[in-house]
Parts: sequence; C-alpha cells; structure tokens
Amino acid sequence: MTAAVSFRQVSRHFGSVRAVDAVDLDVGAGEFFAMLGPSGSGKTTCLRLIAGFEQPTSGSISIFGERAEGVPPYRRNVNTVFQDYALFPHLNILDNVAYGLMVKGIGKAERYKAAEEALSLVQLPGYGARRPGQLSGGQRQRVALARALVNQPRVLLLDEPLGALDLKLRENMQEELKALQKALGITFVFVTHDQGEALSMADRVAVFNDGRIMQVGTPEEIYQRPATRFVADFVGSSNVLPPDFVQRWSGQHRWASLRPEAIRVGRKVAGEGVPARLVSTNYLGATTKLLLEAEGLRLHATVPAGAALPEAGEEVTLTFNREQLHLMEEGA
Amino acid sequence: MTAVSAPVIEVRRAILPPSGGVRGVLSDAFWRKPTLLLLIMLLPPVLWLGIVYIGSLIALLAQSFFSIDEFSGLINHELTLKTYGDLLQPANVDIIIRTVVMAACVTLASIVVAFPIAYYAARYARGRWKALFYLGVMLPLWSSYLVKIYAWKLILAKEGILNWLLAKLHLLWVLDAWLSLPYVGGNSLSVSFTGTFIVFVYVWLPFMILPMQAALERVPANLVEASSDLGASPRQTFRTVIFPLALPGIVAGSIFTFSLTLGDYIVPQIVGTSRLFIGQAVYAQQGTAGNIPLAAAFTVVPIVIMGFYLWGAKKLGAFDAL
Repeated sequence: MTAAVSFRQVSRHFGSVRAVDAVDLDVGAGEFFAMLGPSGSGKTTCLRLIAGFEQPTSGSISIFGERAEGVPPYRRNVNTVFQDYALFPHLNILDNVAYGLMVKGIGKAERYKAAEEALSLVQLPGYGARRPGQLSGGQRQRVALARALVNQPRVLLLDEPLGALDLKLRENMQEELKALQKALGITFVFVTHDQGEALSMADRVAVFNDGRIMQVGTPEEIYQRPATRFVADFVGSSNVLPPDFVQRWSGQHRWASLRPEAIRVGRKVAGEGVPARLVSTNYLGATTKLLLEAEGLRLHATVPAGAALPEAGEEVTLTFNREQLHLMEEGA
Repeated sequence: MTAVSAPVIEVRRAILPPSGGVRGVLSDAFWRKPTLLLLIMLLPPVLWLGIVYIGSLIALLAQSFFSIDEFSGLINHELTLKTYGDLLQPANVDIIIRTVVMAACVTLASIVVAFPIAYYAARYARGRWKALFYLGVMLPLWSSYLVKIYAWKLILAKEGILNWLLAKLHLLWVLDAWLSLPYVGGNSLSVSFTGTFIVFVYVWLPFMILPMQAALERVPANLVEASSDLGASPRQTFRTVIFPLALPGIVAGSIFTFSLTLGDYIVPQIVGTSRLFIGQAVYAQQGTAGNIPLAAAFTVVPIVIMGFYLWGAKKLGAFDAL
C-alpha cells in the first residue's frame, strides 16, 4: 500500500533558518496523523509543504505515490482547515462551502446541494445564508471543515484548528473530528502544540523539535516510551532523570523518564527509596500533583484525589518500580 | 536563619485624589462623560463643514433656481427651472458629455495603471521598498500642480521630448496616425484630448493608488492561500477573492479620480483643445459671463452624477466588504 504522504530527506530553509531539516515521514492512507511540537518546531511548515504553499529546498514529497514538488496548491487534491479558518468575508456560508466546487465549474444547483450536505455533516444545516462574521468561533471552525470536506480531498490538513476554541467546545470538536475521520476514511494530518489533543485524537504522532522529527509512534509509545529527553519533557509531565541518578537504579549510565503517576509518596523510612521533601501541592480535581525535591532534582508525582497527603515541607520517601524507569536513546 | 523584619511600606490610599488644578478636574469629567469630549472635538469641524461649506453649497444650489435677465444681466430672484432649460441646450449638453466621458476614461485608465503598482506595494513590498513606494507616489503631490501641468505641456508639445523620442525610435508615424484620428487627435498631443487625458491620469493617479493599496493590504494573505487550496487558479483567485475584496478601495479611488476630473478647469485649459469642460464652463459663466445661475446649474451636474455613481456602486455590492 502506498503512503498517503511521504517525505524523503525534505528540508525547507528560510535564509539561514532551517525550518524543516532533512525530515523523513510516512503517513499511512486513512490514518489520523498528528504533528506535535512547540511553536517554531517546523510542524506547520511541514503541513504547508504538503498543501503546496511552500516548496522544499531539497528532498522529495509524494502524495499517494505521486511526486508533488513544483505542483501548485490548486492542482493538489489536498485541502486545508486553516488555523484562523480563512473564510471568505464577502461570501455567505453556502458560497464559502461551495467555493471549491464553484472554481471547478460545477453547476449552481449541484454545488449548493453538496454544500448543504457538507453543512449537515458538520451539524450546521440551514446556516447557508449567513455571513462568516455572524457565526461564533466554533461555528466558523465547522464551516472551514465543511468547505474542505466538500471537495472530497485525498488528504485533509488541519492547522491547529481547535486552538481558538474554549475548552468545552474543544473537547466536543476533538470527539467529532475523530468520529468524522473514522466515518469518511480520509487521511487527516493534524498540527497541534497541545500534547493532550495529539495523544487523544491521533492514530500516530510525530514529535517535532528544531525542524526535525524526534519520534514517531502511537500515542502510547510516545507517552510510555519517549525516545529523547525532549519528547519526555514535551509530551506530558514526565520526570526526566539524569544518568547519575538512573545508574543507581538501573545500572546503566543513561537518561531516563519516569511518569509522575509511577511515583509513590510515603512516610519517611530511613534507608529505603529516595528521601525527598514536599515543596508544594497543586489540586487538579481528580488528582493532586505534588512537587518534590530529591537530591537536588525537582520531581512531580500525581496521587489520586482523597489520598492522605503530607504537609508542605515534610520529609517523605519516594518509591517506584524499576520497570517503570524508561531508559532513553540519548547517552550521558 | 536571621529573623526577617517586617518591611516598612508606606500606607497608601486605595483611591488617589484628583491631580492638581483644572486639568485634573477636566480629565475626570471627560472620563466620566466621553461624549462631552467628543462634542468639544467635533464642534469646530462640524461648524466649519455645516455652515461655511454645506451652507455655501446650498446657497449656490439655490442660485441655480434663479434666472438671469438677458437684457440687463441682472439676476431675477424668482424660483424657476429656466436655467436648467438653458443647461440642456445642445452646446451645454456637449460640455457635460465631453466631461463625463473624459472622467470615465481617466478613471478606467487610472484603475488599470494603478492596480499593478498598488498590488505590488500591498503584497510584496517590504521595508525599504515600501518606503520607496510611498515616496514615489507622494512625491509628485509635493510639487505644484500648475508646474506639473506646464511641464506636461512641454513634454507633449510638437517640439517636446516625446516627439523627439518617438522620432529617434522611428515611431513618429504611430503618433501621427493617432493624432489624425477624429476627436482624440489634433495638431500635437498638447492640443488634443489625448493630451488632456494623459495629464489627468498623471495628476490623479496617486489618489487611485493609495486607497487601492490600503484595500489590498487588508486582504489577508491566507484568503489567497485558502482559495488556491480549494483549487482556484491564480486567475480565479484574482476574480473571486482579491478583486471583490479590493473593490471598496477601487471605488474609493475612482470617486477621487472621477470627481476630480469632473470639476477640474485648469488641466483642460492648459493642455487640450479649446472645447470646454464643466469646470471651465462654471469658471466662464460665473466670471466673464456673470451668469451665476447657469454656473450654479453646471455645478449641480457633477453632484448628481456622483450621487448616481455611488448609488450604482452600492447596488453592485462595492461596499459589502467594508
């Protein structure tokens, strides 16, 4: 099976800035693929390379097996949901959604029918006569989605589409997007800086930093077995432990990560576990996050709500299973 | 650990007293009643526009409903439509048509010439190039309008640089062929309508470029990308996204070029034929002829035309994107 999108040693340099640097990437057909990273990590540039807004400085890009370098955006059967939606302010919602069909020369009756169907798909039936300015952010986001989907793209690109929505709406849209992707079977490539969003929605995640891919894997792999210190640090709230510390527990002089929920916090017992001091507690509803200090390291631990908590400043002992310690690729 | 002494902090009031004098009191009053400040700021311009400008315009328009006694040359202060009857005499209708056609041609040519310049400035020029653009567009406005028109008269004259250049390029026959055409032609460019047209386009071009550039600048780049993403070729993107969104700017610019051409009486007097334009007719009627009512009736023509123009533009949706 050919990959929906594949990058071979793709670089995009802006002057001396290496926005994307020798990236290899394969997105499977029908996959929900997330590109995760901090701002400036190259994930959006990768998306723009797939859309055709940017051309690679070197390397090759294929979309469903066809070479895409030098092909303008309007000849790619790929559509984008823009971060700020980019709806046409001078057209009503129906004409916005029907735009892609209009420029392809499809007749009025037919394209309006398809646009109405697309609006129903995103649960905005009957909104066609309104203007973009009259809709809320969440509604505009849905219109942008309908406008892209009505063209039945081979690949749908989403550039932080949920970034501007409030938390509740965002959670709803996450579920809806995922259900929509399953139902339509279209390849989704989703850019986000929100690790929770990437982990909860995607089939696979690529973690970007400084124009390079740090790790590609299923959300579980990324979360449980981060390959590098950066991934461990960026994806969730793993504790990153230095080689000297790790050596005493695993016998190997390497960096390791330890999930906060793997740490048990107990009464001080001399000669056991890691002696530590509780710095502060942070109540998060279902869990409580503890900030601890041990051997000059700052560690996070999460405990379920309702557990007996030590006082801030109290001396405690930390214990964990050695198997929970995940050794990373990087050496000392 | 040493004992930490309590820091000495001056006890400060939660509400500060008004700052000293009249200024403090005024600031507070304006803050509480922002409309008061607005009123004070707007009063002088409103008085100026309302009384001095609109008032005198209405007085002028009222004059167009008076008539002139053809024997004594005195103004008859009875309301009548006789002056409008005079306005519709063939000679005067010719003047109106000539002026409107010229204004329309100048406007269309300005749009065509200004668009690429405005487009480049809005979408591509950055930093130094943008500064150069503004300088290039504004610089001609700093020198006297009369000087520029006389300069053009020399450029377009038979002994002028344009003729010389065309002769060097062996292209004089093109100019001669053009000048031999009826109506647009003449003895030389400087005494033809073509010359008038060229100078009008030159002097009003900045008034087209600037609003156009402002409108194009407001078209977000991602709308152009979205259009392309949805499969529109550059030509389709231009027609369906860039042009409609830039239309308010184009209309604003065309209001300038159209109305400035309708009212101008200096350009056609210096460069062109002896046939009159509306501005010249007004000038002649209120001056040498002393026929204030007819001059007033002539000034009503551009106002009515501009009214229809704006109404039509609104009907076409030119202001929808505002």
